[in-house]
Amino acid sequence: MDFRLNEEQQMLQDTVARLVRGEYSFEKRLEFSESDLGFSENFWKQLGELGLTAVPFPEELGGFGGTGVEVQSVMTELGRGLCIEPYLQSVVLGGGLISQAGNDQQQEQWLGGIASGETRAAVGLQEPQSFYDLNNVETRAEKSGDGYVLNGRKSVVIGGHCADVLVVSARTGGDSRDADGISLFLVPADAQGLEKRTYPTIDGAKGCDLFLNNVTVGSDALLGEEGQAAEVIEYQAGRAIAALCGEAVGVMEVACDLTLEYLKQRKQFGVPIGRFQVLQHRMVDMMSELEQARSMAILAASVADEPQSDERRRILAAAKNVIGRSGQFISEQGIQSHGGIGMTWEYNFAHYAKRLIMINHQLGDDDFHLERYATLLQAS
Amino acid sequence: MNMNYTAEELAFRDEVRAFLDEKLPADIAAKVKGFRQLSKEDHQRWQKILSEQGWYATHWPEEYGGVKWTPVQKHIWDEESCRYGVPRSIPFGVNMVAPVIIKFGNEEQKQQYLPRILSGEDWWCQGYSEPGAGSDLASLKTRAVREGDHYIVNGQKTWTTLGQHANMIFCLVRTNTEVKAQEGISFLLIDMNTPGITVRPIITLDGEHEVNEVFFEDVKVPVENLVGEEDKGWTYAKYLLTYERTGLAGIGLSKAALQHLKELASRRLKNGKPLIEDTAFSQRIAQVEIDLMAAAISNLRIIASVEGGGVPGAESSMLKVRGTEIRQSINDLARRAIGPYAIPFVEEELDLDYDGDFLSDKNAAPLAAQYFNNRKLSIFGGSNEIQKNIVSKMILGL
Repeated sequence: MDFRLNEEQQMLQDTVARLVRGEYSFEKRLEFSESDLGFSENFWKQLGELGLTAVPFPEELGGFGGTGVEVQSVMTELGRGLCIEPYLQSVVLGGGLISQAGNDQQQEQWLGGIASGETRAAVGLQEPQSFYDLNNVETRAEKSGDGYVLNGRKSVVIGGHCADVLVVSARTGGDSRDADGISLFLVPADAQGLEKRTYPTIDGAKGCDLFLNNVTVGSDALLGEEGQAAEVIEYQAGRAIAALCGEAVGVMEVACDLTLEYLKQRKQFGVPIGRFQVLQHRMVDMMSELEQARSMAILAASVADEPQSDERRRILAAAKNVIGRSGQFISEQGIQSHGGIGMTWEYNFAHYAKRLIMINHQLGDDDFHLERYATLLQAS
Repeated sequence: MNMNYTAEELAFRDEVRAFLDEKLPADIAAKVKGFRQLSKEDHQRWQKILSEQGWYATHWPEEYGGVKWTPVQKHIWDEESCRYGVPRSIPFGVNMVAPVIIKFGNEEQKQQYLPRILSGEDWWCQGYSEPGAGSDLASLKTRAVREGDHYIVNGQKTWTTLGQHANMIFCLVRTNTEVKAQEGISFLLIDMNTPGITVRPIITLDGEHEVNEVFFEDVKVPVENLVGEEDKGWTYAKYLLTYERTGLAGIGLSKAALQHLKELASRRLKNGKPLIEDTAFSQRIAQVEIDLMAAAISNLRIIASVEGGGVPGAESSMLKVRGTEIRQSINDLARRAIGPYAIPFVEEELDLDYDGDFLSDKNAAPLAAQYFNNRKLSIFGGSNEIQKNIVSKMILGL
């Protein structure tokens, strides 16, 4: 048993850490966030040049077939820097869906660009009524000629505003909550009838809702088998959960470091406030939450690229539940420990706190995953 | 990153399972799994079996009859023994006083006491806490005054677990009142049959007799029963506490208790369905199972780090808090699972040979009492608040 990263994984993580340290000061991040693109084009380019956007892809695409652990190493450092580039959306989810479901021609067309960072993908899997359930799909794809016509709305597509290609789910059969009958489509960003309502996110990134009004695509836009996408989506959402756990751990590490430092340096009543037991115990509770989150992130990474099974489902649901709860605890208690300064825009802690809460709103919150886990409970 | 056992570790696990399949007495396992109290005889019978196998003293060097297990092997033993219903070993002799004697005792003490611990001839209890010295252990007042070849001991110890069975007690006593509290403490080994010692039961809230008060009135203890140097006992006491703290998280015990809870919740009905399918209850079980999963990995991370040469530091304190909270939650759910039948206290059903009708579930009788009994988990071995103080000081530097 050994829970440490191996030498290669450690080197990978160090590479990302160096890049983030050099390029991603808190002040710069605010600039990136306020730009039209909503993140740093230059940083994204460097992720590509260093081969970091290629990590999960095979060698012929410039990657090394990295699995959950490697992806998590990247994500943890991106989390530490509070980076807002759409790595999760483009590399992990977009790239993942196309790798798993795409035919040779589709893989050839898209994966090279996604792996190099020259192409950005985003994914539209949720809808206004779906509430984290990715099988709840009402967007319709009707057969027309040898292609399809898509109608519907996809919610909170992070990075969708600047993606070159959108992977969206739409129903080719079945009722609105059936697993059966869901299909995936590759929709170019400039497709006719595709409208975007773009917005900043409260945690500093950018996203949009997609409105598909009679968007016509060819049969070559169908990703995977018609009506059979639910399993692919579930599997890739699982990989993304593991990646998100890695990011969350990075964010929590910094949030805890900042709070601990503040307890040592802030003086009231003539002593550092860290002398007060009530704050000491709160800090210990925060660290303990971080350690539980770290344990679950490790476990999630270890199953992320394993074949689907109930065990994999259980672990990923458990991990997302733990991450959601520890993230909220560290966020709230960290703000409380900081007092007024924790409430301000200009101090970095608040931005870490916001990211932690919003991670819980991505790919299912702790309630959603608790319910999912409960349905998988076995008396055995 | 490798979360799997090696081939040798798997072979060891098979060996453990084969041993338990063959040697663990069914009546004892049934008591443990059904949360019934074990008698002194039960403990001694099992200890003898373990000793014969050479697996009793897992913290001792081999020269004293210990077995050299790696941290992972100890973990495997812990997991398997919890799963099989092996009685928790009474730690006071084998895992507490013995490591202190081995590290700080003289040759005569090693020769005299260690074999008797291995053979089960001596049953040790712990004389640390006093009515006025709980979390603030160093404020203890029991006095030992040197008179010739003896110490004369006067004072009172409390919360002495299973002291009613013990013939030996290791005590922290004050030998110097002139210095700082920590610097005037000595570590004494005392024969419980010495005149002047009185043991009085403390009945706990669940009606059980598990702990005691021990009174010392002019008790004559030979000076050769002093471990190490006079006034240096605090160092030895702290050394012992690090042994006490490892394993207090009780991950294996929680796993066994959770299994028991899920079986119970599958038998109990609510709205005509098994309770485990009830939305609210299944989510409560799910939450504790998830928390246990996280704590179990945290535990493995500590074990792997120790296996790799690290020292289990204050991380064990953090895990003690987690682990005990989880076990208490499981006990809470087991009590809830029997609904109104948590209220009756049906003593006859505690007897595993009971062959009458059960008032409700066959395993219901001990559940409420067990819930109350295990409130102790967050108090003993250093209360959870003390554990947080330790983490705050040792890891966070606050």
